[in-house]
Amino acid sequence: MTGALPFDPVFAVTFESFTDPEFWTSVGILAGTYVILTLGLQMNVGYTGIINFGQAGFMAIGAYSMAVLTTGGPEGDGLINFWLSLPLSVLITVAFGLLVGLPSLRLRADYFAIATIAFAEAVRLFALNARSLTGGNQGLFGFATDWDSVSSTIEGWINSIGWSDPPTLFPLLLVVWIVAVILTVVLRLLQNTPWGRVLRAVREDEDAARALGKNAFAYKLQSLAIAATLGAIAGWFLAINLNFVNPTEFEPIVTFVGFGILILGGLASYWGVTFGAIVFWFLFEGLRFIDLPLEEVQIASLRYVIVGLVLILLMAFRPQGLFGKREEMVLGD
Amino acid sequence: MEAGALTPRRALTPVERLREAANRRPAAAAAVILGVIVVVLVASQGLHDVAQTGLTGLSLGAVYALGAVGLTLVYAILRLVNFAHGDFLTFGAYMAYLVNVTWGMPLILGIFFAMATTALLGIFLERVMWGPMRARGAGVLQLILMSLGLALVIRYVIQYIWSTEIRFLDVDVTSTVNILGLQIGQTKLIVIGVGVVVLMATGLMLRYALLGKRMRALADNLELAETAGIDTSRVILWTWIFAGGLAGLAGVMAAEVTDIRPELGFTLLLPIFAAVLLGGIGDAFGALAGGLVLGVVIEWSTLLIDARWKTFIGFVILILVLLIRPQGIFGRARSI
Repeated sequence: MTGALPFDPVFAVTFESFTDPEFWTSVGILAGTYVILTLGLQMNVGYTGIINFGQAGFMAIGAYSMAVLTTGGPEGDGLINFWLSLPLSVLITVAFGLLVGLPSLRLRADYFAIATIAFAEAVRLFALNARSLTGGNQGLFGFATDWDSVSSTIEGWINSIGWSDPPTLFPLLLVVWIVAVILTVVLRLLQNTPWGRVLRAVREDEDAARALGKNAFAYKLQSLAIAATLGAIAGWFLAINLNFVNPTEFEPIVTFVGFGILILGGLASYWGVTFGAIVFWFLFEGLRFIDLPLEEVQIASLRYVIVGLVLILLMAFRPQGLFGKREEMVLGD
Repeated sequence: MEAGALTPRRALTPVERLREAANRRPAAAAAVILGVIVVVLVASQGLHDVAQTGLTGLSLGAVYALGAVGLTLVYAILRLVNFAHGDFLTFGAYMAYLVNVTWGMPLILGIFFAMATTALLGIFLERVMWGPMRARGAGVLQLILMSLGLALVIRYVIQYIWSTEIRFLDVDVTSTVNILGLQIGQTKLIVIGVGVVVLMATGLMLRYALLGKRMRALADNLELAETAGIDTSRVILWTWIFAGGLAGLAGVMAAEVTDIRPELGFTLLLPIFAAVLLGGIGDAFGALAGGLVLGVVIEWSTLLIDARWKTFIGFVILILVLLIRPQGIFGRARSI
């Protein structure tokens, strides 16, 4: 454990990986997963004006409830079907989202940010310590066997159209991105409904929305529930991709990287999220191949320094993000 | 039946009366709750264990309190929720390491060096980042995300230089002192002592010194303070000197009782937030009390459940405070 890359699933990369399709497939899956979790942040931050710092916590609940329900815990021998565990894990995550949102959404924006990050850390520490349920820092394995059979079916289709040896994880890449694109389209459509317009009204001026008879609090709560759903889905993919769940995958940095992607792509733009995630992950992973006379931990650190600097500079000089609309920049004073 | 205001006020049930009293005097209510916890713990676990863990908790609480006072001051005066505050602690710890271990000088010099350099870091950031951003009228989200970016930069620059290796200050961690039958490590005792002295000095400064009064004036209303002829930019600079200096000290003290690693400050950040909120955000005295109470309560929890749950308990307390009393025990949400 270097501690440097808590959530970086692409281990032991050599310079030859630069041309390795397996490596870039992993990066693509990661980018797709981050599209999904950041869509939730976009809904909250870009369209509702609430600062959700707890997305990693929702991912953790989604991933862990899927894994625990499927395996029955570290000692268990299977509880329920994998496919059934997916919707159930979303329901559980949404329940937690409501539990967090009900009291804390009434608070000011900065309190809400602190409340959500504390919630996410509480979830992670629970997963770390409740060993009989979650396996502690050993994590949980072997929940995705049903997925493996689907994966080989998809691989069969790919073979049948004439591509004989796609990267091992290519089916997952396909599914992640199909889901990400569908969710993006659905969210965009949702944004153009009357519901979506009220949401933006709440963001712009909560009191005005309330004066029109809209229950601003209920809208915020619904927005958080949707973000929790998206977090849970991203959690599944993270877990399936790595083939295990472990508390280190859900450190706060995951949420923070999500915010980096959000700002990079631009606030109040769902397609911006896709752009942000692709640019971020391909640059972030691509930086490995710049031949620097540095130790591994130094390069790893340097990458996060750059993330931090980009976040600071974007906020200072282009707070709406690269593709965001200036007039939609939210949460001014 | 539903005549509302016209019906004579019916007698309150004891529970309602209790709740009303608790809302009127929240600090007293908190003290009563704490007292009940102490009595129950003493009755079930014995006086010695409770006092012993309480004493250990105070050393942790002193670290929280020192960190919390700076964080809450910055919030009160600049309306900035500084997510990089935890990394100020890390910075302080490594500065002390530099003096104490790398250069082989006494720890006391390391402490002064850490406080001075962290204060300088605060001033530097005020000059290049926070000041200009305030002048441009930046929003809440902008400032929070900038502080988040800053947290990453500080933490990973430190990791770049010193790597992830776990380091220790050159302090005596083995010798213990006996007080009234309680055992405590010499280092921890020093941490408690220094923490209490510095915190009291800060408290007195805020209450009686001219600078403290000016700080409170700024916290109440920055524009009004400026109109009244207070040199606000000077006071803001001093705010960063205090916040940075106290954070640097807190970092060294955390390093003395545990160890030094790049994520030292970030893991302390949320307990420090808890201390801040417990005392009421923006309330320096509240943060002080909140930090000490939090440290002690977290340590007491180890009497009842396995010590590995300690950090989790800290978050549970934070969440409970947010649920039950987001304005903090002292409830003066907008004062220092």
